[in-house]
Amino acid sequence: MAEIKVECIGETCPVPLVETRKALRKAQEGDIVEVIGTHPSSKKEIPMAVKAMGLELLDVKEEKDGTWKIRIRR
Amino acid sequence: MGNKAAIIVHSGDMDKLYSALILGNGALAMGMDVYLFFTFWGLQRLKKGGLEKGPLSKMNMFGLGKWMIKRKMKQAKVASLERMFQDFKELGGNVLACDMTMDIMGVKKEDLRDDLISDYCGVGTYMDVAKDASVTLFI
Repeated sequence: MAEIKVECIGETCPVPLVETRKALRKAQEGDIVEVIGTHPSSKKEIPMAVKAMGLELLDVKEEKDGTWKIRIRR
Repeated sequence: MGNKAAIIVHSGDMDKLYSALILGNGALAMGMDVYLFFTFWGLQRLKKGGLEKGPLSKMNMFGLGKWMIKRKMKQAKVASLERMFQDFKELGGNVLACDMTMDIMGVKKEDLRDDLISDYCGVGTYMDVAKDASVTLFI
């Protein structure tokens, strides 16, 4: 099982969402995709997309500086 | 998985093309199948070199307004239309070109971005897709 990192710091709508989707499409079943970003709405919306696609949201963490990290299992 | 979004891109205005592509990419990211139908002024943007040529829908002021908005967008790190189109294609989005518009406006296949267009079609194809799409928009 691979772990794929997606870095979207400073990116705005819809880039974090799109980059997450691209990584999930490339991932194999069981792989973990980790997305790091700063766009506030994407922190809420990436989990929405994960739910819509029936995938597993592992965790969502936010640092004091507003950087968030989302982990998804394909 | 997911459902379908069928979006008609009738306007060739720069800001509206952004709206269409952001919505299209957002729908793809949610796991939906997405179809963008380019017709009339929208189709002009699919001409070679035409993507960024659209005016701003309001306050264009002979290009001054557009220039100001583009500058603001760059500062906010908004992706270019070309990048959004490439993302749309990479995520499996469909781009359909209206063949009637091509006839009316004298647009030939070789004038258009063949790398972006999935197919050429008429109203029947749009309705066939839209009849069971959960999201339909006219932009």
